Amino acid sequence: MNLKNLKLNLSNKNKDLIPQILTVLFLILVVIYFTINAQSNMGNRGISFGFGFLSQESSFDITFSLIDYDGSHTYARAFLVGLLNTILVSAIGIFFATILGVTIGIARLSQNYLVAKSAEWYVEIFRNIPLILQIFFWYFAALRALPLTVDSINFYDISFLNVKGWYVPKFVWTNFSIFIYSIIFAFILIYFLSKYAQNQRDKFGKQIPTLYISILLIIGLPFLTFLIGGVSLSFEIPELTQLSKTVYVYRGGVSIIPELISLALALSMYTATFIAENVRAGILGVSKGQKEAAASIGLTKGQILKLVVMPQALRIIIPPTTNQYLNLTKNSSLAAAIAYPDIVLVFAGTALMQTGRAIEIISITMLTYLSLSLSISVFMNWYNKKMAIKEK
Amino acid sequence: MIKSIKTWILVGFASLLLVACGQGGGGAGSKKSKTLDNTKKAGFVKCGVSQGLPGFSNADEAGNWTGIDVDVCRAVAAAVLGDADKVKYTPLSAKERFTALTSGEIDVLARNTTWTLSRDADIGLTFVGVNFYDGQGFMVRKASGINSVNDFRDGISACTNTGTTTELNMRDFFNSKNIKYEPIAFEKADEVVQAYDAGRCDTYTTDKSGLAAQRTKLSNPDEHKVLPETISKEPLGPVVRQGDSVWEDIVRWSLNTMIEAEEYGVNSSNASSLKDSDNPAIKRLVGAEGELGAAFGLDNDWSLRIIEQVGNYGESYKKHIADTGILPNRGPNELWTKGGILYVPPAR
Repeated sequence: MNLKNLKLNLSNKNKDLIPQILTVLFLILVVIYFTINAQSNMGNRGISFGFGFLSQESSFDITFSLIDYDGSHTYARAFLVGLLNTILVSAIGIFFATILGVTIGIARLSQNYLVAKSAEWYVEIFRNIPLILQIFFWYFAALRALPLTVDSINFYDISFLNVKGWYVPKFVWTNFSIFIYSIIFAFILIYFLSKYAQNQRDKFGKQIPTLYISILLIIGLPFLTFLIGGVSLSFEIPELTQLSKTVYVYRGGVSIIPELISLALALSMYTATFIAENVRAGILGVSKGQKEAAASIGLTKGQILKLVVMPQALRIIIPPTTNQYLNLTKNSSLAAAIAYPDIVLVFAGTALMQTGRAIEIISITMLTYLSLSLSISVFMNWYNKKMAIKEK
Repeated sequence: MIKSIKTWILVGFASLLLVACGQGGGGAGSKKSKTLDNTKKAGFVKCGVSQGLPGFSNADEAGNWTGIDVDVCRAVAAAVLGDADKVKYTPLSAKERFTALTSGEIDVLARNTTWTLSRDADIGLTFVGVNFYDGQGFMVRKASGINSVNDFRDGISACTNTGTTTELNMRDFFNSKNIKYEPIAFEKADEVVQAYDAGRCDTYTTDKSGLAAQRTKLSNPDEHKVLPETISKEPLGPVVRQGDSVWEDIVRWSLNTMIEAEEYGVNSSNASSLKDSDNPAIKRLVGAEGELGAAFGLDNDWSLRIIEQVGNYGESYKKHIADTGILPNRGPNELWTKGGILYVPPAR
């Protein structure tokens, strides 16, 4: 009887397996077909295939780079410059989109009619205008509105804003590594402190003001290095230089190019609308009974938000917000329209054009975006799991 | 007996087949062009042009394309299909243009494209000639006090198009002068113009013909000027796919016909009346002597149609470049007989 059952099960399993194997085989065949097709067509047209070009000299320059780069470096290095610029604008965008999104989302639930309505209008306007138009708007509006270099908007003689960018002082450090070590050390201390505080709370019900001690540590320790560690900081302030009769430029300091500013602005303002809706959905998704129950056992308003509402709201907020982070990262590829040197402009644009290696370069670029998105996804899934209900 | 008849019939069929195959194969060897066949079948020439560069390829409100690059495609259509209007235009960005050609989306690329070694040799393309000799220059504001490239100083910002040879020339130039510069490269020419107009950059660099054409799009064209120096050689010309030598020849000689017609004074209005000219070169141009078209599978009036329907090079230049005020002076684009460098091999 038992044996018979087992046999039946196996054959059932096999029955399920066969179509799956066939599908996979079919997909593999399709991929092989397209590869061979592309190869033979490229062969017919005298186009070679290979990644050797990556080590050739790129011989074009890039406006803005986080690492040392000029045209004498390789295409691989140009790729890295583009990738870092993409990551930079995405990170800035995600940071501000989150802050703005959470603020707007909470504002939409405000009791204050004016605040709630303005937040609603903000969301409705900015999520319904195509992103590319918003990017153009911020870029060309900013360029038109900002003064020429010689009439820059002056912030206390240390920072200057004009049509060529925002010039800020550059930090010049001595013994910078000691300063960094002190910050790392502070973080390690905070980690142990929170472990200790949790232990105390679990065992004795004692509340330790972790937040205040942490703030003290993270400011105090680096500050100490200035006093006794030999760390010092000075500023290199941008200076106005005349190039010709009417052409001026700021030299020294750090220049934040208008392309970066307007792209980050457009991306975060656009994505913030979606995050705001997620936040609103999350907070509304926590049932009223939870708050009332928490209040009835004597938690304060802050504690209710921190310990009861937010943990449950976050579970609703995180998955769709992950999507928005991914969208923002992918949308940053619109940078090419306003000359922000991201990976699409630098690598899938200039490098593609100079080498003519469309298939190689587009594959690399697609793989890069895929890995970027997957990394964000992995991180957010980890965070989501951490926040999910742990059933005991 | 019956058996042997059967055998004979079989042998006869087989040899017939062989002969037929042989003829087909022979034809393929000498004068078969897949692109030409496809073009005749489709009834139009698939031509890749720019996204709008006055004088070279620019569409009006009604969607009619004009320009000297457009005229190359019109000449090919006149030669192959008998009607210069049978062209399908595909506007392409600098980035898309070569892929569109190698993938077969277009058959002729006439899009102010610079002929360089790497493009010719490496990516499956063949340049068939030069229809405009250009060079890269700089545009600045008149008020800037910059009168020559020697007035550029460290920190100058330069706007240009991405995906073109200008980006490379710009680097070579500033490096040779040892000037640190800020390169700002946009994907489309319209954005370059807007950014330069807004003051984002101090100078705008691209081919001089392009500068002259784009200057008209600035808010105050008179406040800007093109510096006298030319920093590169930019021979612009039509491109075809590698591997179809008949098609390549048709495009090359369509362009050459226009230039040679100007050299011999043949134009759209007098072409047909020159059939009984004394000059054999002119007679060959208007199809009254020789069998030149047969060399690439066309009839003998192919060149006459080009001249009648499109005009000679001089007419095309005057109509699109000179009369529109882009570059009234022909400079190097004058015939070799008049001090320029336009020189084409003889059509004979």
